[in-house]
Amino acid sequence: MADIAEITKISGTAVPIRGNDIDTDRIIPARYLKEPTFARMGDYPFFDERFDSAGKKKDHPFNDPEYKGASILFVNKNFGCGSSREHAPQALYRFGIKAIVGESFAAIFAGNCTMMGLPAVVVAAKDIEQLMKSVEDFPQTEYSVDLENKTISYGSQKIAIDLPETYRTALTKGFWDSTALLRSNLEQVKRTAAKLPYMTGFTS
Amino acid sequence: MAGRTLYDKIWESHSVGILPTGQTQLFIGLHLIHEITTAPAFDMLRENGMDVAFRDRTFATVDHIVPTDVRQRPFLDREAEELIQALENNVNQFGVEFFGLDSVNQGIVHVIGPQLGLTQPGMTLACGDSHTSTHGAFGTLAFGIGTSQVRDVLATQTLAMDKLKVRRININGELGTGVYPKDVILYIIRRLGVAGGKGFAYEYGGAVIDKMNMEERMTVCNMSIEGGALVGYVNPDQTTFDYLKGRPHVPKGDAFDRAVDYWKSVASDADAKYDDLVHYQGKEIEPTVTWGINPGQSVGVSEKLPKPEEFADPDGAKKAYEHMGWQPGAPMLGTPINVAFIGSCTNGRLADLRAAAKIAKGRKVNPAVRALVVPGSTEVKRLAEREGLHEIFQAAGFQWREAGCSMCLAMNPDKLNGREICASSSNRNFIGRQGSPQGRTMLMSPAMVAAAALNGKVVDVREYV
Ligand code: SF4
Repeated sequence: MADIAEITKISGTAVPIRGNDIDTDRIIPARYLKEPTFARMGDYPFFDERFDSAGKKKDHPFNDPEYKGASILFVNKNFGCGSSREHAPQALYRFGIKAIVGESFAAIFAGNCTMMGLPAVVVAAKDIEQLMKSVEDFPQTEYSVDLENKTISYGSQKIAIDLPETYRTALTKGFWDSTALLRSNLEQVKRTAAKLPYMTGFTS
Repeated sequence: MAGRTLYDKIWESHSVGILPTGQTQLFIGLHLIHEITTAPAFDMLRENGMDVAFRDRTFATVDHIVPTDVRQRPFLDREAEELIQALENNVNQFGVEFFGLDSVNQGIVHVIGPQLGLTQPGMTLACGDSHTSTHGAFGTLAFGIGTSQVRDVLATQTLAMDKLKVRRININGELGTGVYPKDVILYIIRRLGVAGGKGFAYEYGGAVIDKMNMEERMTVCNMSIEGGALVGYVNPDQTTFDYLKGRPHVPKGDAFDRAVDYWKSVASDADAKYDDLVHYQGKEIEPTVTWGINPGQSVGVSEKLPKPEEFADPDGAKKAYEHMGWQPGAPMLGTPINVAFIGSCTNGRLADLRAAAKIAKGRKVNPAVRALVVPGSTEVKRLAEREGLHEIFQAAGFQWREAGCSMCLAMNPDKLNGREICASSSNRNFIGRQGSPQGRTMLMSPAMVAAAALNGKVVDVREYV
């Protein structure tokens, strides 16, 4: 699986989006799910929060020139809840986000992120507040998310991050694009399937 | 050794092995697909020269974008037409059975799986849709997955997964009249929170759940994900077996008896060990209505709207009030509505339409309300019409539509306009969910939606039953 990148470190500036329970309908409104590919998703993240019905820009961190070019997103609790649409992390990724740091993530969202090679890592509530304040005060701050040492650092600060060990291994060892790996066990899959009575219509 | 849960048993029998990441490679017995989350997955198969590994365990339908008034092809919405064509091409090229618009089996993916007997106890099931937990009503481990995972299931019929903990939720005693399964699940989410189920599978049980029919259990399991739980299920019992018997994909004769033996064997043992256990009393539960922007923000219909300070996250509640334009302390009763929607994979089955029709019968929808009934599948529509439910609805002033997801997520022409408020039997009240960024959604049972439609405002359905 040598062709899958090993993701160990993400560095860059950051952008904060405050609020708990931000659902994937808000991250990407359903009308954009009509597009047959993810190619243009980067144009749409938080669309209805960034633009009014006339297309005029509203106040939103993703519209704020101070945060332009940010590659790390700071969020609060239960980010990405709701619909399983992978269009949501795709939209963030294609917008330029290469790591998400938050208080917690919804289960399907965190799984989708991992499978795209987009780390979604957790920090304590007081730490996310500190990180959000740091970027709000100095948007040009450079952060570095280190998956091997499980830290995010900026200036002289170093904060512990957490993520499920299985996700961390998938990202850092290049197993996050799982298809080839799963497919390499196809014979074993067939043996497991053959033992399930419903696979043969309960004929015996 | 302590007994095992259904979750443990199915997990074990479907485990292919442990991956280098530490995750389990889990075999998926049934894969249901639809037009929205699959196109990029098929593209990835094509790019890598892969085929569908277990075609005969893969079934497709079209539900999310289907217009429910005029179904004529090509669709007026060019993007919707392109998407359905992409699915048609993909199922043809890869040889997947497809219940298209012209099929009697077409419908919302979570309605047709059970209806056809595809969904069975003791099985793992995956679908690129978060409400896949619906199928858990049968004692199935059913996972809502993203597009990369759809690709994995297509290519390998397996998923890389981490094992969950199991929380048993008992609903004891009985429900009052006018209280429905929708109220039960909204109550559970209100109590445990929209993220409370993170890391858990929810096992629902207790006298109230035992007494429910399969359609009612599906409503409860359907919204597990709104409580943060990836999986929700009910142990299979005689109710389950009776529902399945005779359905097209269910084994017949001796094979059915063997199936029942297997299905019984997967139920949680009486001494199963749970990671967490909660109990509620059926009589605590009122008809429940959401007032905010997530499914946990709800009150009993006779309550007043809560103060933001009552929540662990007052800012979240404030944001909800800002969007809804309401004040804490206002009564829920009497809140005006503009639109009424009965349908979705939560409440678009025959039992739901019957419950709503009972309220609507011989009465009239308030002239200011736009009211829609959208059956969950073409078969549900046929059965409802056979009982004359469509006539009851139409006489009352409801529009009677073709099957699809419709205003649950408004990817078809059924949408809210501007600031409209919708009394909805669907599952999500997220900002913008019903097609208007300013639109407002109040989730409730189909009977409550019908009662609200008649009155142009939220009323207590118990006055009607
Ligand atoms: S009815 Fe709603 S929740 Fe159910 S599958 Fe359709 S869009 Fe998803």
